[in-house]
Amino acid sequence: MDQNSNTNDNFWKRLENSPSTNEFLKGLWKDNPVFVQVLGMCPVLAVTNTAANALAMGLATAFVLFMSNTLVAAVKNYIPKQVRIASYILIIATFVTITDYAIQAISVSLHKSLGAFISLIVVNCLILSRAEAFASKNTVGRSMLDALGMGVGFAFALLCLGAVREILGNGSFFGMMIFPDNFQSWIIMILPAGGFFSLALWLFLINIFQQRKQKA
Amino acid sequence: MSKATQNTNAAPQGSNKLLISMVSLGALCALLIAFTYEGTKPRIEKLKAEALEQAIFQVIPGAVTTSAFIYEEATGFRQITEGETATIFAGYGEDGKLSGLAIEAAGQGYADIIKILYGYIPEQEAVVGFYVLETKETPGLGDKIEKDENFLANFDALDVKIATQGDTLANTVVTVKNGEKQSPWEIDGITGATISSRAIGDMLGISTKEWIPLIQKNLEQLKK
Repeated sequence: MDQNSNTNDNFWKRLENSPSTNEFLKGLWKDNPVFVQVLGMCPVLAVTNTAANALAMGLATAFVLFMSNTLVAAVKNYIPKQVRIASYILIIATFVTITDYAIQAISVSLHKSLGAFISLIVVNCLILSRAEAFASKNTVGRSMLDALGMGVGFAFALLCLGAVREILGNGSFFGMMIFPDNFQSWIIMILPAGGFFSLALWLFLINIFQQRKQKA
Repeated sequence: MSKATQNTNAAPQGSNKLLISMVSLGALCALLIAFTYEGTKPRIEKLKAEALEQAIFQVIPGAVTTSAFIYEEATGFRQITEGETATIFAGYGEDGKLSGLAIEAAGQGYADIIKILYGYIPEQEAVVGFYVLETKETPGLGDKIEKDENFLANFDALDVKIATQGDTLANTVVTVKNGEKQSPWEIDGITGATISSRAIGDMLGISTKEWIPLIQKNLEQLKK
């Protein structure tokens, strides 16, 4: 029994200290693409008016990020340095197109509500920056972990914003009403201005939290 | 060998490499896209058709089957053949009788073009409802055209009677200020969504003027 828990402890410790875990976790918190790197602000502000839209956009971006990081890492040795950015954009655009078709095949109404922002994933600087800064210099495995962490971190951040905006702006969460009927919804929260307000709120909270942690 | 000649020798080789890598990457990407397109096409078409059918049944009360028609000046209405886009849809009840027609209309809203599908019942000579197919109106304000109950009540039976003589409408559908509706062909606007509700009135006015006389004239062609 004792020994068992010992090996368990060792396992968790090893996992915690392993570089691959770090590769994955850094995107979730320490280098969160939205809250820390402040990258890809266009979808963060524009498509987070409901929690469902935010989650769908986050997952779509995460998928594109994962696939493009994987492919970039796999072909990096065959791409001459002069045309690398063009090649990365080509790869990213391919997966965005694939995602666009996939979302249409999943639900027409979802595709309708995300509108032009699916195609705009192409120019999300988060994806290009991970391709250039990480995938082009690392192995396929590590690039996959990096993309997974960053993608999940991005989706999580979008969901945080989407949740606040939908709850305050519409009184609902994922379409379910959570406030009584007489709740006066703050329409401004689902308008573009609400995106800035809720982003500011989250950045403020997270910075306070980080500062407290550093002091402690 | 001087440096200059070395450079000119190196250039074609280098650009070949660039070319080969870009072309092969492009071919790989094109292949991926083509596969996805082919793979998802049947399902996307099915979903889109289903969504349109749902919208048609929603605006024509009592309809259970539908067929799509196209209008030609010489011959009037005829059912579409494959590859053609329909201009109006006929809905039939359980007994196979024509229960109403669904017509697409579009017009400039506040943010972008609004596209709607509205239902028309020839017997009542009235527009009985509409469904928004495409909109980018401001959430919470302009999208009231889909949610505001008082506004939607305008479409219980919006009068589009044909004038007694000739083949034009007796009255043009028009949106008026909230609370000022007096005639059955007027639409009570929405305060706070003035432009969006007026857009609905305008597009209905234009579209009914064009289609309703044609439909009444060729009604037999639309029956099963």
